[in-house]
Amino acid sequence: MTRFTAWNVFWQGITGQKGWTRQWRDPEPKAHYDVVIVGGGLHGLATAYYLSKVHGVQNVAVLEKGWIGGGNAGRNTTIVRSNYAQPGNREFYEHSLRLWENLSHELNYNVMFSQRSHIALLHSPGAIDAASRNYNTMRRTGTPDAEIWDLPTLKRAVPHLNYAANARFPIIGAAVQKRAGTARHDAVVWGYARAADARGVDIIQNCKVEGLAREGGRITALDTTRGRITAGKVAFAVAGSTSLLWQMAGLGGLPIESHKLQAFVSEPLKPLLDQVVVFGMGGAHFYISQSDKGGMVFGGDLDWYKSYAQRGNLPIVQDVAEAAMSVLPCLGRVKLLRHWSGVVDMSMDGTHFICKTPLDNLYLNAGWNYGGFKATPASGWWFADLIANDRPAPMIASFDLKRFERGLQIDERGAGPDCKLHG
Amino acid sequence: MLRLACPFCGLRDHSEFSYGGDGSIIYPALDAPVQDWHDAVFLRDNVCGRQVETWQHVHGCRMWLLVERDTLTHEIHSVRPAHSELASTLEGAE
Repeated sequence: MTRFTAWNVFWQGITGQKGWTRQWRDPEPKAHYDVVIVGGGLHGLATAYYLSKVHGVQNVAVLEKGWIGGGNAGRNTTIVRSNYAQPGNREFYEHSLRLWENLSHELNYNVMFSQRSHIALLHSPGAIDAASRNYNTMRRTGTPDAEIWDLPTLKRAVPHLNYAANARFPIIGAAVQKRAGTARHDAVVWGYARAADARGVDIIQNCKVEGLAREGGRITALDTTRGRITAGKVAFAVAGSTSLLWQMAGLGGLPIESHKLQAFVSEPLKPLLDQVVVFGMGGAHFYISQSDKGGMVFGGDLDWYKSYAQRGNLPIVQDVAEAAMSVLPCLGRVKLLRHWSGVVDMSMDGTHFICKTPLDNLYLNAGWNYGGFKATPASGWWFADLIANDRPAPMIASFDLKRFERGLQIDERGAGPDCKLHG
Repeated sequence: MLRLACPFCGLRDHSEFSYGGDGSIIYPALDAPVQDWHDAVFLRDNVCGRQVETWQHVHGCRMWLLVERDTLTHEIHSVRPAHSELASTLEGAE
């Protein structure tokens, strides 16, 4: 693998770009690995990278049923933020944001992390009170960039929102996190794959797990479409398909349902929006940013019924378009370039799992709801820590499957045990 | 757009309905052990394929329905009233 340096970019530029090597190898699977991570998405690859980098674990494989970047890694709206208020979540996402801030250097790969601010619009005095409580909590617990903006400040920063006084939900302020922003999703997954591969991790694509061999309380081998692989430790990081693997391991039900979430991108425009803007009011939910290519990248709610299909339904397209028009009416004549849908793990309290399981050598990383992209670095960091040390660090102690039995759910929205409500 | 054949109203777009959830769950007795309630409230089989699920026709007759649907292909195999006794009473009234 050729490192990206100013000199290399210059040299390749004058020698016809012929000297670059492939970003990661395409190895044949070995018969045995010390750690097998199932799922070559953002979280699985980040886990493999930190396992090797931080914990010195050699002989690691990542199995991917499709190709790197083909699943939810390429199906999200690329927003990174840490504006969480619940204990557990806020420290975890803030740690993630701090890892994001150095990620391009860490991976020697430009992930185009852009800390352009995350602006959540507020529409009532009650909403300002609630946001003030959350954002004050953030400031008191290690996230110093939380701010509440009044209307004049917001108008100076984003002049072309719909500020009409007779709008159905007039904008009266905003909750802002200034270090939040976006990153290029493909670059993140490619960057982790390349960096993990450079450290000796085998990334095995087109390798679907079809069966698990169990011996007592352990998984001894994985039967895949590319043969049987024995493993010392097995880690699941397969958001969307977690339940299928869980049942393959004979472990029954999980506090997870698979739902699909759509995202959209418009034709490229000249620079229009320099922040991430979020609108959530009543039944509407809408978030938008502009990519570096100029496309408006936006999304809304789930499709509202459980599904494993990677395709979205039309009523949500209409809902999202209506929300777009109510916030940014200037988008009215912009054409949609494409829309897509990813299958996400929706958990019963809207929070994820990074935990041990009933099997001794099986570890679970799942239940990321809407929030998997921004969590990538910390998810990989702490999941690697869990696998290497075989115990949850205090940072992730509350992200286990038993929290429902203890009655200590981490329900950021207060929506209760109904997966589809945790959007 | 999915279309559900409501037994009371006929074939309608799914946007008239509200999705309930897994229809195979049987809630335990009120005095059942906490673990039984935990399992019923929080754990899901999360079937990939045919599953029975509840939908409510909120913008129609407001009846709860049991729908057998494939969660991968979205094919609808059957729709029936969730409360068959209530349904037969209503039909008798007509």
